[in-house]
Amino acid sequence: MSAVRKPNPLLVVGKYAALAFYLIFALFPLYWLLKIGLTPDALIFSEGTRLFPSEVTFSNFKTVIFQTDFVAYFRNSLVVSLGAAFFTTLFAAGAGYAFSRFVFAGKRIIIALMLITQMFPLLMIIAPIYKIVADLGLLNSLTSLIVVYTAFNIPFATFLMQSFFDGIPKDLEDAAMMDGCTRFQALRKVVFPLTLPGLGATLGFVFTAAWSELLFALMLISKNDAMTFPVGLLTFVSKFSVDWGQMMAAGVLALIPSCLFFIFIQRYLVQGLTSGAVKG
Amino acid sequence: MARIELRDVAKRYGSVEVLRNINLEIQDGEFIVLVGPSGCGKSTLLRMVAGLEPISSGDFLIDGECMNDVRPRDRDIAMVFQSYALYPHMDVARNMGFSMEIRKAPVAERISKVAQAAETLGLTKLTDRLPKALSGGQRQRVAMGRAIIRDPRAFLFDEPLSNLDAALRVEMRLEIARLHQKLGATMIYVTHDQVEALTLADRIVVLNAGDIQQVGSPLELYERPANKFVAQFIGSPTMNVVPVLGTETGVNVGNGVEIRMLDQPLTAQAKELGVRPEHIDVLDNGAGDLSAVADVVEHLGSDTNIYVNAEGIGPMMVRKHGNIPVKSGDRLGLRIQAQNAHLFASDGTALRRAC
Repeated sequence: MSAVRKPNPLLVVGKYAALAFYLIFALFPLYWLLKIGLTPDALIFSEGTRLFPSEVTFSNFKTVIFQTDFVAYFRNSLVVSLGAAFFTTLFAAGAGYAFSRFVFAGKRIIIALMLITQMFPLLMIIAPIYKIVADLGLLNSLTSLIVVYTAFNIPFATFLMQSFFDGIPKDLEDAAMMDGCTRFQALRKVVFPLTLPGLGATLGFVFTAAWSELLFALMLISKNDAMTFPVGLLTFVSKFSVDWGQMMAAGVLALIPSCLFFIFIQRYLVQGLTSGAVKG
Repeated sequence: MARIELRDVAKRYGSVEVLRNINLEIQDGEFIVLVGPSGCGKSTLLRMVAGLEPISSGDFLIDGECMNDVRPRDRDIAMVFQSYALYPHMDVARNMGFSMEIRKAPVAERISKVAQAAETLGLTKLTDRLPKALSGGQRQRVAMGRAIIRDPRAFLFDEPLSNLDAALRVEMRLEIARLHQKLGATMIYVTHDQVEALTLADRIVVLNAGDIQQVGSPLELYERPANKFVAQFIGSPTMNVVPVLGTETGVNVGNGVEIRMLDQPLTAQAKELGVRPEHIDVLDNGAGDLSAVADVVEHLGSDTNIYVNAEGIGPMMVRKHGNIPVKSGDRLGLRIQAQNAHLFASDGTALRRAC
């Protein structure tokens, strides 16, 4: 028996150096966002590209929260994103389960059609979507965004959910039914708890996609009180100037819900829940 | 307790018929083993009994009551899956008590039943563990505990031991046999392993390509196989089958030697002769019916397996009890024990002995 080989110290250092480099690379833009948000307006251009601001102020944050419509944008975004995430996940879970478990006529065609919807550039379909939403009288409503985001995210979310259901052995449902469950009880008591990571991932995916979506929000919403946060950010751009400090402060604030959301669902994402169910 | 009956049961997927004309009566308390090669339909048949697969035609009855359209939960049958199918998010105790939880049995009763089952299966110290923290054998036990706790009318086992290593398999096989003795419940057990079938079964059902080949006690199948398939499937090592020319009084094997088989009828129709490795005597060179050269010799201590090349026939296998001093390359004489040999017609059907 050979002793466990000690890893080469150079290799370890190299690994951590690479990780550190990646982290800096990925986090630097976020830092820059925060830095500019905290820099007093007067200094943003005058002090140049310093790594740390020479003076720190929260005035940009205060202005954004108390003197702009940011809170309303924020609330609108939250409603739209949570709504889209909820409905998308609900429909995708149902469809994903059906694709994973049942054999039915037209299954392949439906899957192919869903895949095809993902192939068009959004710009191509923006005009028809606008027309449909206008005809339905939904322009300038949050409902229109929830419906559109749900529709656009369902295909991918369905494939995501299907892969999670594929990972749950069918034997478990059979065993639950032998144990006295109806199919619905088997779903609720056995399949659902095991699908939590999948549901979490799908919710997170749709939430972030909806949270940062600009194109449709810009097209379908023109009234200030229904604007979502990405559209609202554009209000910091006026004809002759851009209010960088406030815009960055708003950006920092906009990160908070996404972060909270992922902190909340991450424990479902990381659990290897199905391990130990079947042989292995 | 239950008497299970299958009448003309068939299973079709579209135009593909995977099971045909299944007729079987299982007595109360009987241990039935369904055995056959993979793809023969044995697991499908078990799932039809469980209610997890619909029956395409025919009737399935428990105690005389037609159960074709009864849901699995209302059949009062427990099943142990090949994959164990333990609920990964529930600990051992909850896994075992899940059926009672679903049926809303009183908590105190559930706890005592779980404790009792855990005791029986040696799982008492593991009741608060999740399945992922258990070994394969322990998971298997939990799966059995989940079944016995329900006190069902019948137990179904779908290749329950095939994921265990050899030593554990023998141990669990014994436990299943003990369980059957203790509970006296009707059990249907699916396996492709004929040793499991022979050791556990009251009666074995041999299936091949969707048809029942033969139903009988282990010894019946061993001694009086209905056809060549059963003859070769049951018994280890596999029966030697050699082409012969049937005569009025016996059969002619490859080298022109006639083996007289006066106690067997219809020898004239025989196209093949089947003889188990343990039913061939090893004699000195020149003696017996056939002359052969030992190819590979396996000394197992209790037995000796001799793979030979028989003159005019080709490779055959001989198994003798004890340690036989034969080496590779030795010339031997072989004598086929005519009273233990089997004859098959051209369609593989066994030509039955008069007795």
